[in-house]
Amino acid sequence: MGSVANSLLRFFRGGASAQEQTGPGAPAGSRRSSGLGELTRLLKGSEGLAVLDLGPTSPANIAHFTNLGHRVYNEDVLLAAQNPEYKIKCEDGTTEVDVDRFFRENLVFKNVKFDAVLCWDISDYMTEPLVKPMIERIACVMNPKGYLLAFFHTKDAGAEAPYFRYHIDGAETLKLQRGPKFSLQRVFNNRHVENLFRDYGSLKFYLARDNVREVLVVR
Amino acid sequence: MEGYRPNEQNRSDVAHIGRSVIIKGELSGSEDLYLDGEVEGNIELRDHNLTLGPNGRIRANVNAKEIIIHGKVDGNLIGSERVELKKSAVLVGDIATQRIVIEDGAYFKGGIDIQKDTTPRRDQAAAALPTGTSTPVTSIVNPPDTENVPESAPSFTK
Repeated sequence: MGSVANSLLRFFRGGASAQEQTGPGAPAGSRRSSGLGELTRLLKGSEGLAVLDLGPTSPANIAHFTNLGHRVYNEDVLLAAQNPEYKIKCEDGTTEVDVDRFFRENLVFKNVKFDAVLCWDISDYMTEPLVKPMIERIACVMNPKGYLLAFFHTKDAGAEAPYFRYHIDGAETLKLQRGPKFSLQRVFNNRHVENLFRDYGSLKFYLARDNVREVLVVR
Repeated sequence: MEGYRPNEQNRSDVAHIGRSVIIKGELSGSEDLYLDGEVEGNIELRDHNLTLGPNGRIRANVNAKEIIIHGKVDGNLIGSERVELKKSAVLVGDIATQRIVIEDGAYFKGGIDIQKDTTPRRDQAAAALPTGTSTPVTSIVNPPDTENVPESAPSFTK
């Protein structure tokens, strides 16, 4: 019966199966981002700034910032954290993350400090032992008064909130694309977010309709 | 796997290094190069183009006019005119060029410096990329692909 239903869906939709439409790589609409809009406005006045995108390689994001005259750096830290070589076995048989090794090999930047960092919703999906050190490492590689844009799911997003890749599509719009099947690890409330960025300067929260809270942080 | 395959007509205009060839040492030339093997050493093709095939591996810096990557690179790319990362490309290193094209699906870890006039210098390939003023250049961007999303960070070593 399931295969009949799928065949009917394919016939009427004339194309990809339901799995292909929701699987990794499938487009998932767009969303307005006030945080991105504010970040773009802040960066527009200058040229030659260094921008770090911590999400998957996105041609759109690279084009957005290079067209503004900035240098772009890309490092997909969430993907890097999936490397099984960072898991070490403990004496009691459990496994834990080799945090030291991870930060010896990732988020290492010589001769550059960043004026803007796109953190997206990485903190929501990142393995717990890496979250706080990641935010601390980012602080070390940012210029004073630099900006960091981060997204955090609200409780209403649910435990099954899918992981999206974010592609910048204009000053205030993001195109969403289904990413790998990462699981939401935690939900930060405002107090947690403030605590996470306690080594930074100021925070500004932006609420959105889609159960994602945006935060623009000043180093 | 789709990619550039030299045909009989243009093969004579392009030097070709096959997938079984491993080179350790600096590579330089005055013609276009299609590389599908392994090179561990700087590649200097100043006024000519380099295409790295899907089986190609480079562990060093590249200095060429146009650089098209299908394979894996651990090093910096200086393309005086253009650098293109195809969807199967894996690059860990920095890019300096006038124009950049990145297909969705390509893995890139490093920095991009778009420069109006990249004058290839021997020391640029070896040192960190210059941080001079950047002039914005329109980049041709392919729409997001619907496949080829890696499940984990690609490993550079075989």
